[in-house]
Amino acid sequence: MKKATITTLVGATLTLFAGSAIAECNISSGSVRILGNDFDSIRTVTDQASACASSGTTVRVNLTTEHKNIQVPALTITPAEYTVALIANNSISPLLSADLVRPLNDLVEKYGQDLLPNQLIRTGDDIVAIAFMGNAQHLFMRGDILDDLGVEPPATYEEIIDVAEMIRSEGIMEYPLAATYEAGWYLAAEFVNMHLGMGGQFFEAGSAQPALNNEAGVRTLEMMKTLTEYMSPEYLTVTADEMKQMYLAGEVAIMNQWGSMVAGHLGEDSGNQQISEATILAPAPTAHGNNTPAAALWWDGFTIAKNISDEDAEASFQAMMYGIRPDMAQQNPNAATWLIKDFDAPDTAQGVLQTARLGARGYPMSPFMGYMHAALGTELSDFMQGRESAEQALMDVEASYLASVREAGLAN
Amino acid sequence: MTHKTFFAFIFPSLLAMILFIALPIGSIVVQSLHVEHPRVLVEVENCGPFGCERETRVDTAATQALQEAQPMGQFNGLGTYFDRRHLATEEVSRIFSDNEGVADIARQMYNLPFYKALSFTLVYTFIVTPLGMALGFSIALAVNSIPRFLKGPIIFFSLLPMIVTPLVGSLILFWMINTQGVIGSNLQLLFDDPDLSLRASPLLTWVTLIVYGVWSMAPFSFVVFYAGLQTVPSDTLESAKIDGASRWERIRYVVIPHLIPLATFVALVQLMDNFRVFEPIVGFSAEANATSLSWNIFNDLRGQVDQQYSSAAATSVLTVFGVVVLLMPVLVRLWRDFNRKA
Repeated sequence: MKKATITTLVGATLTLFAGSAIAECNISSGSVRILGNDFDSIRTVTDQASACASSGTTVRVNLTTEHKNIQVPALTITPAEYTVALIANNSISPLLSADLVRPLNDLVEKYGQDLLPNQLIRTGDDIVAIAFMGNAQHLFMRGDILDDLGVEPPATYEEIIDVAEMIRSEGIMEYPLAATYEAGWYLAAEFVNMHLGMGGQFFEAGSAQPALNNEAGVRTLEMMKTLTEYMSPEYLTVTADEMKQMYLAGEVAIMNQWGSMVAGHLGEDSGNQQISEATILAPAPTAHGNNTPAAALWWDGFTIAKNISDEDAEASFQAMMYGIRPDMAQQNPNAATWLIKDFDAPDTAQGVLQTARLGARGYPMSPFMGYMHAALGTELSDFMQGRESAEQALMDVEASYLASVREAGLAN
Repeated sequence: MTHKTFFAFIFPSLLAMILFIALPIGSIVVQSLHVEHPRVLVEVENCGPFGCERETRVDTAATQALQEAQPMGQFNGLGTYFDRRHLATEEVSRIFSDNEGVADIARQMYNLPFYKALSFTLVYTFIVTPLGMALGFSIALAVNSIPRFLKGPIIFFSLLPMIVTPLVGSLILFWMINTQGVIGSNLQLLFDDPDLSLRASPLLTWVTLIVYGVWSMAPFSFVVFYAGLQTVPSDTLESAKIDGASRWERIRYVVIPHLIPLATFVALVQLMDNFRVFEPIVGFSAEANATSLSWNIFNDLRGQVDQQYSSAAATSVLTVFGVVVLLMPVLVRLWRDFNRKA
């Protein structure tokens, strides 16, 4: 709540200085209440949206990393506690399954002149969300080390393994690779990346039945396991933040890091200018001769709650459109990989954009995927530590997943 | 006190206990017997910035009709308790009918989430409780025999592990045992093994968690035992001294028998606390190697984007059951003591 108050205050202060902003916002009345995840690029958007506060309009913002856990109950009540929920392709599913999202077709028609067609998230005929930024894990590499070895930056996982072997045999680093393999959410996300790159599916078409225990699934796990031979032995405890520390401490030569964290690695406050300057960004690698990069594409966007008055919905949509207007992206080019019109992407956004351009697939927006992700997170660590076979691990994942979806009434 | 006065006296706390303890536990039991409605699924085309895919979606209108008809959800009996994430009866009977000896049974059982969590929880409880109590008792003895002016600061210092929030304490230790941290890099130096990492192998992770557990649990035993030491009759101690008993003999035959009832109480509290071990697993990112029952509940509720209430409720009920079983010997003992005195 404190954060919300401060953000609102900042917003209020901004309104004082940005006289034209109020005019652009053009909201006469209504209440805007925003719930979202807490990271820099999201804050950039909500700070802008807060500037829409005026005598008739209130804007309240609550950004918290716990947003996933409160969004469903908070939007279920009438009127909903929040009018806007900032979501990503994974966290929108629970809202859709509980029917808490307002179709935006008429609002887009009325106020969405600045939107690009690919910003509209549709299920069937309904526009259910507006995306404004993209994200994906992609390669961060130490150009200086590659130069010393005289090799080109690797573009496939097979090449990465060769380069890692060279780095090791030259005695430069014992563990040149890193990935976010912390058991739980991160490990599952890495499995999803690799599995998409291997051309795998998660479910049998049109049903909740899992489709992991097959050749693609085994190949995925085997590639992940091979990579760990070149990772520090604690790989099952490494998160994205931890990996950033390792990389900036010069312990890692090649890693698969989140695009949204580029600024922290390359910016002036990274803490190690030498490494920052030597870093090469590249799209996510491919594997096993496939052309699809082994990375799931993520988008962040917003939805408007269903259980609120039309007036509040309209005000909320307008405030968010102001928050993600093309000007905002141009003023903050390094804050994120914006999917917004007229955005001239700087070099730091190229990792994500090229991964998308090479045809990477989106993280599945399916009601089953959350349960699948949870099962992957808990059941893969035994395999990663060599305690069971890939087939056994995949069988465990499927069994655990099925128990969860049965409880949720999604399968029988 | 008449029964009526007694009842009037105790009524407010009784009411609070029913409202805040009995009812929530009751609702958890009810929750664990239900699962969600079968949801009506339809296939749709989902489109986003990165193209379109045919995916399944919940038909919310049709599902809502079902939910309104039966707001509690679908009665599932003990189904959730017996599924793979909990007691896994089907899997367990298969393991027992098809295995390659005891080691194989243990390995296969450890592969099931509930038994994996249970095994760490029990090992942790049964090692940390006695060691924590022993450490607390030794600190109490040491503090009791130091000069008075030193006591204040040393007591404060010994209580620090209890004052520090468990999550923060374990995070601090986690960073210290990191291979770049002060403990981690010194261990590598000491054992001359650049690959040594307390976070990599299951065994070392368990050891780390247990050492952390003893460290954080000792202060409670210390405080209670230190208070107990002030009540040891000095006459008895002095006469033992005159009889030529050494310091160890005085502790063994005078102090310890005097403190036994206190030790039962401490054991009771510590068993309960340790059985609910949770924060260090999160703090040490130890999920890959060690999970506990409490962690399983947490993971069902907060792990991902969906909340699995029934699964979490079933694990909660099983945990309560476990605590009761665990405390049975201690409770029986207390009951006997009570009867003897009465």
